[in-house]
Amino acid sequence: MVTDYLDWLRREGRIVIVGASLAGLRAAETLRAEGFAGSLTMIGDEPNEPYDRPPLSKAVLLGKADALHTELPRRREVDAKWRLGVPATGLDMTEKRVRLADGDQVEYDRLLIATGVRARPWPKESEAQLDGVILLRTGGDAAALYRRLKAGPRRVLVIGAGFAGSEVASACREMGLAVTVAERAGAPLVGALGGVIGSVSAELYRENGVDLRTGVMVTGLEGDSVGRVKAAHLSDGSAVETDLVVVSLGSVRNTEWLSGSGLGAGPRGIACDAGCRAFDFRGIVTDDIFVAGDVARSPHALFGYQFLSLEHWGNAVAQAEIAAHNMISSSSDRRPHLWVPAFWSSQFRVNIKSVGVPPMGEQIMITQGSLAERRFVGVYGYQGRVIAAVSFDNTRWLEFYQRQIEVGAPFPVEYPTVDRRPEGRRPVPADFPDPSLPTHGPTVTLSGYSPTDRQLVFVPAH
Amino acid sequence: MTHASLLRQITDYANRANPYPLYEELRKTPVLHEEEDGPYVISSYWDIESLLHDPRISSDQSNVTAAGEDELSGPEATGLPPSFIRLDPPEHDRLRRMANSSFGPPHRPRRIDSMRGELAEIVTGLIDDFADARQIDVVDRFAYPFPVTVICRLLGVPREDEPRFRALVDPIVAGLDPGSRTSAESMKTAQEARLQLGMYLNGLVEQRAKDPREDMLSDLVNSNGPDGAMTTMEVLSTAVLLLIAGHETTVNLITNGMLTLLRHPRYLQRLRDDPGLSVKIVEELLRYEPPVQLLPQRTCITDIEVRGVTIPKGSRIWLVLAAGNRDPERFHDPDRFDPDREDIQHLGFGSGIHSCFGAPLARLEAQLALAELVRRLDNPRLVEDPPPYRPNAVLRGPRHLNITFDGLR
Repeated sequence: MVTDYLDWLRREGRIVIVGASLAGLRAAETLRAEGFAGSLTMIGDEPNEPYDRPPLSKAVLLGKADALHTELPRRREVDAKWRLGVPATGLDMTEKRVRLADGDQVEYDRLLIATGVRARPWPKESEAQLDGVILLRTGGDAAALYRRLKAGPRRVLVIGAGFAGSEVASACREMGLAVTVAERAGAPLVGALGGVIGSVSAELYRENGVDLRTGVMVTGLEGDSVGRVKAAHLSDGSAVETDLVVVSLGSVRNTEWLSGSGLGAGPRGIACDAGCRAFDFRGIVTDDIFVAGDVARSPHALFGYQFLSLEHWGNAVAQAEIAAHNMISSSSDRRPHLWVPAFWSSQFRVNIKSVGVPPMGEQIMITQGSLAERRFVGVYGYQGRVIAAVSFDNTRWLEFYQRQIEVGAPFPVEYPTVDRRPEGRRPVPADFPDPSLPTHGPTVTLSGYSPTDRQLVFVPAH
Repeated sequence: MTHASLLRQITDYANRANPYPLYEELRKTPVLHEEEDGPYVISSYWDIESLLHDPRISSDQSNVTAAGEDELSGPEATGLPPSFIRLDPPEHDRLRRMANSSFGPPHRPRRIDSMRGELAEIVTGLIDDFADARQIDVVDRFAYPFPVTVICRLLGVPREDEPRFRALVDPIVAGLDPGSRTSAESMKTAQEARLQLGMYLNGLVEQRAKDPREDMLSDLVNSNGPDGAMTTMEVLSTAVLLLIAGHETTVNLITNGMLTLLRHPRYLQRLRDDPGLSVKIVEELLRYEPPVQLLPQRTCITDIEVRGVTIPKGSRIWLVLAAGNRDPERFHDPDRFDPDREDIQHLGFGSGIHSCFGAPLARLEAQLALAELVRRLDNPRLVEDPPPYRPNAVLRGPRHLNITFDGLR
């Protein structure tokens, strides 16, 4: 009976994917690759076909890539009906329908939600509308920012020193532009990597000629008589003369369209099980609604079953593939999404990569290289086990540390490693800010149970 | 013991033409330790892959302790310091980074690709020279001279000096072969040859210091980036490494490639019809017949556990890349040559911080060489199969590859 339904679904069912970006596209490709022959509808609020975002804060700003031509390479034909430029506005779980902004409704047998996140806007609306105040999330945003940077602003102000803000500041310096970065926390990248690494990042900023202001908030943006931004006021009483402000305050999850639908969706994302099946608001898993990418929030066995919500490129791809597979598979064939979180960034000519969940780390140890040289591997420990690692210009070792995370290896790291320096003999506090204080926001949101099981052994798949 | 140890069989020349059944045998014991002071031999894909990223494994000779010491491979007493392939971070990173700044991204992102036209010209010239022949040795007439010419041009070494450095390269390469490490004397010969090659290059280096040109020797000797400058000895060690690694492996990649294609005529025909297929063919070759079969120069700096076996600190570890490349736990139907494979993360270039420095060049050379060879040769046929192999078990490939053909196109 169930098999009959699955056979029918795979043959002529209707699958709708809301969100036509990286996760949505990879899911569509996976569905077709695994033999789904029914109808596929892709709904996206942006007018463009799926494109790649990492270059938007790097190569695009330096003119090395075209903002409107960072299309994602297609792995295969998806043969879908594309509904682009039309946001989804609602979900009727009983009737199995997605409502669209143009009044249309699309029926589904299986639904995948991959609506991702958007840039958090500047909170004061009138100031946000000043000419020269911009966000960076979409290809259009990147094109606009590139045009303005090319025009040679006298000074750029970046609000928020997370990864995106840091990459923008780095691009500005590479173009020879004066740039000020204002960050509420004590150092850049603090929310994602902690204060020890944050201070390395602060040095990088300053050596590269960035005017870095930490421990301050921007309290207001001031415009001139024709509505162009001309200055920003800071909480320490100072002001910054600027004609271009990049608001880089992290992101907001695109879940508002689901309010009232009965799905377990909120500001932290959409809760789902490890197999990407969405929970309804009562905590009951749904059978026909799946979630993937930045908007999903799922429990991870390696990290104490905490619900992780990851704004990582690799996570979007891996989760989309799992979700797509599970959408058309019987329960015994379903697979869990247990991707080890990993992300990278490139700023001030330094390659930064992390694996695991650094914000869970209580302590950090520099097991290879040195902070002073800004070439190192730092390992984060949590309750006596290795929970994450970060590298500056040392990417090739991280695979080893990922393995250490996967097997729940003990922390501190006692054994010798090549390139271990005296500074790396002892763990020090990782120095994450009190989570109750708002920063631009870590890319990982944590909640849920505390860890218990340390006996995990992962066997990598092919 | 009633038969020779597995390791001795692998290094035994008699098995050079087809070591793969022995590798299959080897994988049954993922951590093989046959003799008290012998190496720990690792042959499974995932084990090799993870050890290549393991910071408890050193490439530095000085970490081999007395227990693991191979008296034949003791510290290099004769002059030239170790090249970056035999060093750990931070020295490895510094030297490799400096060498890379004149070779690849970010400083020279297009250096290799910009050589495409020049490489094609060399290939065409070599093939044109076959015009009157109906039988050639692919090694002597093509697979060897091509990469030698390329690395000479890239480094700035006069091509006409080839016979001179050839006489020095051969004993150095022989010294890399654990199978030939039968006498302290052969190791000594290798070390002396290395020093002499360094002295030969020193003449060029001194000249480039005064009169720089557009070549890597000039860049190495005049480097002055954030890492400062290389010492003269470091320049020489690096140049020796690049000169040797720059052709001793590619010759095997090209020859193995031609041999494999002649054994798989369907793919030879497809490559003739579509030169673009050379990218996939070379990738699969690097898995199926890797020019570097094993890495015998790793040591562990602490006790480590692999598959439940504790390898004691100071022990030597051999990573048998060619066995990992045919591990059925990793690759579907691994003994089949299948350029259409989508999943082909092979170990042919190693992995981790020592992953092949010259990979972009080697790939391009092999792609151009094979595509052009099969395009030009009319009806090529193997004269003998298997062909005679070089003695080396590490850098494995045919010594000769005689083929006949009906003419050139």
